[in-house]
Amino acid sequence: MTESGMIAVAMSGGVDSSAVAALLRAEGRPLVGLTMQLWNQRRLAGQPGMPEAVQGRCCSLDDVYDARRVAETLGIPYYVVNHEERFERDVVRPFVQEYLSGRTPIPCSLCNNHIKFDQLLVTARQIGAESVATGHYARVEFDSGRGRWLLKRALDRSRDQSYFLFGLTQEQLSRTRFPLGEMRKEEVREVARRHGLALAEKPDSQEICFVPGGDYKRFIDAYLAEQGETPAETSGDLVTTGGEVVGEHAGVQNFTVGQRKGLGVATGSPLYVLQIHGDTRQVVVGGDQELYSRTLRARDLNWISIAELREPLRVQAKIRHRHEPAAATVEPAGGAEAVARVTFDQPQRAITPGQAVVFYDDDLVVGGGWIA
Amino acid sequence: MRRVYLDNNATTPVLPEVLEAMRPYFAEQFGNASSIHHHGQQARAAVERARGSVAELLGCRAAEVVFTSGGTEADNLALFGLIDVEKGDHVITSTIEHHAVLHSAKRLAELGCDVTYVPVDGQGRVDPEDIRRALRPNTNLISVMMANNETGVLQPVGEIGKLAAEADVYFHTDAVQAAGKVPLEVERIGCDLLSLSGHKMHAPQGIGALFVRKGTLLRPLLYGGSHERSRRAGTENVPGIVGLGKAAELAVAALAGGEMERLGALRDRIQRTVLESIEATGVNGEGAPRVPTTTNLYFEFIEGEAMVIALDLKGVAAATGAACSSGATEPSHVLTAMGLRPERARGSLRLSLGKQNTSEDVDFALSVLPDVVARLRELSPVYKRPEAAAHTKVK
Repeated sequence: MTESGMIAVAMSGGVDSSAVAALLRAEGRPLVGLTMQLWNQRRLAGQPGMPEAVQGRCCSLDDVYDARRVAETLGIPYYVVNHEERFERDVVRPFVQEYLSGRTPIPCSLCNNHIKFDQLLVTARQIGAESVATGHYARVEFDSGRGRWLLKRALDRSRDQSYFLFGLTQEQLSRTRFPLGEMRKEEVREVARRHGLALAEKPDSQEICFVPGGDYKRFIDAYLAEQGETPAETSGDLVTTGGEVVGEHAGVQNFTVGQRKGLGVATGSPLYVLQIHGDTRQVVVGGDQELYSRTLRARDLNWISIAELREPLRVQAKIRHRHEPAAATVEPAGGAEAVARVTFDQPQRAITPGQAVVFYDDDLVVGGGWIA
Repeated sequence: MRRVYLDNNATTPVLPEVLEAMRPYFAEQFGNASSIHHHGQQARAAVERARGSVAELLGCRAAEVVFTSGGTEADNLALFGLIDVEKGDHVITSTIEHHAVLHSAKRLAELGCDVTYVPVDGQGRVDPEDIRRALRPNTNLISVMMANNETGVLQPVGEIGKLAAEADVYFHTDAVQAAGKVPLEVERIGCDLLSLSGHKMHAPQGIGALFVRKGTLLRPLLYGGSHERSRRAGTENVPGIVGLGKAAELAVAALAGGEMERLGALRDRIQRTVLESIEATGVNGEGAPRVPTTTNLYFEFIEGEAMVIALDLKGVAAATGAACSSGATEPSHVLTAMGLRPERARGSLRLSLGKQNTSEDVDFALSVLPDVVARLRELSPVYKRPEAAAHTKVK
């Protein structure tokens, strides 16, 4: 703890983080507002397939303007900090690489693990803050019985973002605050209104912040062109589970497991992407019933409510943001310490490599990892 | 909270005498300097008095001073006003210029001009021989700044002026960061054009000037009335011009009265104390002639951006690099051009003094700085222990 007890609020210029600043200000805590400059929207403007003037959401000047206005209204010091280099290295590049390898990445989780709760927390502490508060809908609390910091789902389950936060370490959680964890969105907007914040009615953002318009395929092409990298050959065959070639595709990065549209194959019954093999560049297709499976392997695990996984554990496992956690058993797999095997009681649809699998015990986040 | 402002290369406070001189020209003597009547004549007289004061600072004729909206407009007027894109003119400038020159040069290149950027050495100095070598038959303009805004390093403008005259090439110098800190004599510099900014020398923001040597034909940037001898259309900013004139007078007096020696001693005390009391630090541009008000310090293992924020929260205003449009810090093109490692460029801090600064201000800053550096290092993922750091040869 520092002498000041100062909290740094990660301010995006949206309603949620602005309400966080307003709530903490009302508590009378010393605050500092920080906005991260993560990506230069002008970088890819004019690259092949990208419009001349790209207006994405991430780090747009409008958002910085909004955040600055909020800080000014609340009377708190405010700064923009440049984390572009780390963001590109730890979020954008892996995002592109994952797609090129046939996986479907979640950049928000990478950003949480590597930027928001790592680099930003370091900066916040360096400038004298003891912790970082964000507008995430989740709860964090200390359990003295276990001697561990716990991450819990938001009270408003429809808003819960704990899935994206599974990678937080005990050290990070101990220095993190989620003041919106017990609030509903309407209450959050009400907080913003009550504090006279002009952005109280600003719409939610949904898309990946650095991909303008949500078209990640164009983004990948434009990024590789900008980097002067010849994209690795990723086109290949569309094959059935029986190995029969039924067509060709232009690149594995254009697919995600469970996808139905854009296969370019006409058959009697609907076809779905079942698997994507980055090494052989094969995209396996089949019927809806073939999308279901009971097991997955998870790597790069992080445990929150437990110190480590020693034996099989009953959990509810969530395999994508919009997935209702399903009953499963997670157990250590193989010799590699950071790998686990997850077996669902019921087969789950479209288990997608590159996404996270997060283990819950009711409201509690037990831990999680990346689907291999 | 006590606040000490040590970022005078960004902007300076308007001095009380300057404010007093300006005050009548907002409401009482509000005339348009172009008007025929009494009110207009009062304004005109004030403008011309100020022009005389600026001319005195520069050692030029009053008619050679063109008032602009600031240093950026002065730089733009010099480059775009002189260069004939259709003739395929060649321009020589340096890699450490202010963006007002660099981005203007970039635009000229887009329009079809040839632009050569001469490098700087490790101390941040341009070598005049590099400029000589870059000369071509179609070279029409050399633009090299007098003092760098980030390091304070003075460029060999006298030598450049000499070789420009020999080669019969126009020479422009951006003297925004030199004005009031070192003598500016256009004859000794040998320049044909020289940019000034009011707010870097205790006049208000929004006023500047360009010295244009008699006989130098400039195309205006702005078209309209015949103001400023048809070199800059637009009703004169009379209060601003009066402020710049007063600031120029004060600058002349301060230079003669030993003010820069006082600030130079304060600057040297900052450097000495930092170098002695904090390990793994240094001065960027050390050894080169510099304006007496500026020091650019580097601190190993630290991000300058975090240091500026931490200092601000403790009441000390400092700077690092350049701010991008969002307000975040971008790596300094000046320090990078000096060949500094990226970590060292990012770990640098600029402290710049102004006339309002006192010895107590420096005491306060020096009382805050070591703790801020210690905390930043303690929490830095790349910090090495002092024992190890002491043996780290820093480049």
